[in-house]
Amino acid sequence: MNVGALEAFGLVVRRELCLSFRRPDQLLQPLVFFLIVTTLFPLGLSLQLSLLRDMAPGVLWVAALLSSLLSLDALFKSDADDGTLEQLALSGQGLTLIVVAKTFAHWLVTGAALVLVSPIVGTALGIPGSAFATMMLSLGLGTLTLSWLGAIGAGLTVGLRRGNVLLSLIVLPLAMPLLIFGAGATDRAISGVSATGALYFLAALCVFTCTLAPFAATVALRITLE
Amino acid sequence: MWTWFYKLASPPYVYGAAAALAPWFLGLAAITISYGLVAGLAFAPPDYQQGDAFRIIYVHAPSAWMSLFAYTSMAVAGAIALIWRIKMGHAVAAASAPIGASFTVLALFTGSLWGRPMWGTYWAWDPRLTSELILLFLYVGVMSLRSAFEDPARGDRAAALLAIVGLVNVPIIHYSVLWWNSLHQGATVAKLGKPSMPGSMLWPLLSMLLGFMLFYGAVLCMRLQGEVLNRERQAKWVREAIKS
Amino acid sequence: MSNGFWSMGGYAGYVWPCFLFACVVLAWNLWAARRYHAAARMRAARALLMAAGDAS
Repeated sequence: MNVGALEAFGLVVRRELCLSFRRPDQLLQPLVFFLIVTTLFPLGLSLQLSLLRDMAPGVLWVAALLSSLLSLDALFKSDADDGTLEQLALSGQGLTLIVVAKTFAHWLVTGAALVLVSPIVGTALGIPGSAFATMMLSLGLGTLTLSWLGAIGAGLTVGLRRGNVLLSLIVLPLAMPLLIFGAGATDRAISGVSATGALYFLAALCVFTCTLAPFAATVALRITLE
Repeated sequence: MWTWFYKLASPPYVYGAAAALAPWFLGLAAITISYGLVAGLAFAPPDYQQGDAFRIIYVHAPSAWMSLFAYTSMAVAGAIALIWRIKMGHAVAAASAPIGASFTVLALFTGSLWGRPMWGTYWAWDPRLTSELILLFLYVGVMSLRSAFEDPARGDRAAALLAIVGLVNVPIIHYSVLWWNSLHQGATVAKLGKPSMPGSMLWPLLSMLLGFMLFYGAVLCMRLQGEVLNRERQAKWVREAIKS
Repeated sequence: MSNGFWSMGGYAGYVWPCFLFACVVLAWNLWAARRYHAAARMRAARALLMAAGDAS
């Protein structure tokens, strides 16, 4: 039965989503972590809401970064462990397509979920409602880019025993420009200044990463799996 | 024409060449660095704005430049090794990493001490400083990744890929002063056309740059011998090589 | 002149630690590279001894 590329993509995404929803606690963990980390900052700094607003973009973004990292380890691990990944690679659809599908599905359940939850967190941090659109757009672009950077890192560390820490060590330096522009965009929106420039830059970073990262992640998997 | 290229892929040739070149590089480095230090510290006139503090440039600029050069060499060597499967490329990449990391630390330290009298602060989160710090993290990541694998060949390939991915940071560091409003001063030497520094200040700087480059070459050759031995332990030529 | 040289126009506390640390870094590079090569030679020699031991 010959499956077209788009159909294969859809099948893999559906499979990933099915597997993810089968363990809802695993699904919720990054979200809960996100909420907890954003709570830590106001508690630790005991600031008034007006002062918290200044720090809010940074806090939001750091929390999003850290919680995305938590779930990246599992991107390829279980499939690599039981041999499914090799089967998928041999399926004739090309490993790159599989990688794109898995990463997209991962973003749907982590990054996209974060974006949906962000208004709640934003309110808790004192971000005004007028900035929500920019905040969610910047988080959406940023988490998508992060999922791709994470896919490269996950591909490189999939076989390692203590790969989790190394994964963070690899991905975080690459994600720093993302943090700067993402938080910068939200910051501008809060001050009422136009965030278009920063958003365009974020979008450019996203496009750049989304086009090149799949190939890098595929090569990484081939290196670690063969 | 391609024979010299094939020679570079041969481990005994690389080992021998590195052993032969290292003392020459080191000697030339000693000469150029000595001249640079003496001329820069004692004979260059003090800067009109910064006084004698500007002399830090004689170690800061060369180390910053070498941190970028070493990373690029590491990434290029890794790419050559990945694409053409030349194992010696991995050896060069592995040898470059700790040298480049040490230069990055030196650049950050000297830059920090220079920042205090110049800008009033030991650190600022401005684009050039931040991206240079990211470069240090990238070096550490590459070195950690390489050593995390039980199979050294796999570790080499993974580290090579990571180095290539991180290469995007190098032009960011270099052009950050051009693209953003940066605290850090703009290009003085690397501009096309006349550099904006008088000769008595410039020559020691160029000499230090050359000296650091030669020094990198020397240490690279020294480390490379170790890297080649570690990768070729079982080979026949090693017996003769380590007897000497 | 020598007085001004060591004080570096008042910036001595910034200038000299920089050059000192630079010497430390350069020296470390030489020392670490030499040590790495020596360790590699030892490991290679040991591997050869073990191979010779297996052969005999």
